[in-house]
Amino acid sequence: MTRYFTADHEWLVVEGDAATVGITDYAQSQLGDITFVELPTVGAALAKGDSASVVDSVKAASDVYAPVSGAVTEVNPALEDAPELVNSAPEGEGWLWRMTLADAAQLDGLMDEAAYAAHVAGL
Amino acid sequence: MSDTYDLAPIAGEKPLILTLPLDAWHRARGGRMVEFAGYHMPVQYEGILAEHQWTRAHAGLFDVSHMGQLVLRGDHAGQALEALLPGAFTTLKPGKQRYSLLLADDGGILDDLIVTNRGPDFYVVVNGATKHADIAHITARLPHGVTLDHLADHALLALQGPEAALALGALGLVPAADPARTLDSLVFMEAAPFMWNGVALGVSRSGYTGEDGFEISVHADHAVALADALLAQPQVKPIGLGARDSLRLEAGLPLYGHDLSPDIDPVEADLGFAIPARRRVADAGFRGAAQLAKAFAEGTARRRVGLLIEGRMAAREGAEVVSDGRTVGIVTSGGFAPSLERPIAMAFIETALATPGTALTLSVRGKSLAATVVSLPFHPHRYVRKGAA
Repeated sequence: MTRYFTADHEWLVVEGDAATVGITDYAQSQLGDITFVELPTVGAALAKGDSASVVDSVKAASDVYAPVSGAVTEVNPALEDAPELVNSAPEGEGWLWRMTLADAAQLDGLMDEAAYAAHVAGL
Repeated sequence: MSDTYDLAPIAGEKPLILTLPLDAWHRARGGRMVEFAGYHMPVQYEGILAEHQWTRAHAGLFDVSHMGQLVLRGDHAGQALEALLPGAFTTLKPGKQRYSLLLADDGGILDDLIVTNRGPDFYVVVNGATKHADIAHITARLPHGVTLDHLADHALLALQGPEAALALGALGLVPAADPARTLDSLVFMEAAPFMWNGVALGVSRSGYTGEDGFEISVHADHAVALADALLAQPQVKPIGLGARDSLRLEAGLPLYGHDLSPDIDPVEADLGFAIPARRRVADAGFRGAAQLAKAFAEGTARRRVGLLIEGRMAAREGAEVVSDGRTVGIVTSGGFAPSLERPIAMAFIETALATPGTALTLSVRGKSLAATVVSLPFHPHRYVRKGAA
């Protein structure tokens, strides 16, 4: 199970032709206390780079972009009552949505864990 | 007074972001620094929610040294203030403070500020982002014999929360003028000078969180020692700008540059309490008096209100307020209110809709949020007033 990362601090775990998407630990630490997550609609077709979700923190509202193209198949139901899961477990229970993978070649443009760590270190 | 922290940026170069006396102190305590009002300032330490709740329950220490500390001197300084501000200052007793507004010639708000009658002079605290413009505006309008000094070599700390008096009391401040003016004798909007380990402190019982608390002016050379001594008290934690904003929003207090601006007059801003009856007349003698008298007499087209928002999504500055499909106002500040556990906002809306209980809609990123007009503050003020202590 490989985890991919974007320069905009989303992560993506691929299993077969499906992917789970969330924001990174670095992203949640920068956003601070998260109070609301606006999730995409199940069935929505996302193009890579679309604003798919908005994470609202005490500080600000931040867009979360689709790291790849595909259709939303599921959103994390736990976030409605517990948006703080994105703070406490951003790369686990605090996942945002699941989607199909329309074009597996798009994964080639994403970073692996080491490359992302280097990206964050350079910020 | 030296302008230690107010180096003018060199023309053509990127403006300098300046540092305040407690810069290293904040960084050493994990403060996440951001640019604010031209300075590096801490937006948070452990987190905005935790800092907000700590302040409401205990005592939060805020560095507000970016704000401008000014002193107006001269035999007729009170009259000079009344020519600049719509408040009553010739009748302000020594040791008392008043909230007021610096008005443009057309009655628009250039800044909001607090004036203290220190006895020999008047001490004025203005916003950091506007202080240089304020100084220029005031200096250009002062009568002969009245002078304005900028205490650029002073830091300003705010200690806010229900345990602030306990924490500051533990430092053993000694009254520096009238021995009867002890810390405990001060009530909300009163001030007195104190000595602490040989250091002069100007202390007022005031702040911008809705809680009991103090603002403490200290020479920059002693700011770190004072911050350390306060933080050594078990009731005290350092609090950043993030929680300062959520606390003042819940307290219904407007923030200059957001809820107040040159395009807004004091009546629209619902700040009529700062203008006594005798000054609500066209010939009151301050700039903007005619416009202000008209606004009081005729009412204004819009009004600052509080909005309680349904659901969890926050509406922030710039969100449109809608009623019957028509835009009727705009949010000037908003966010999640930790003490109410829901989103709240301040907005300017058409006066006819400004009655508490009115149902409105907010347009946020293409979504419609239900909102209700409520009286301010959202969270009750807990100031210590006469007879209450």
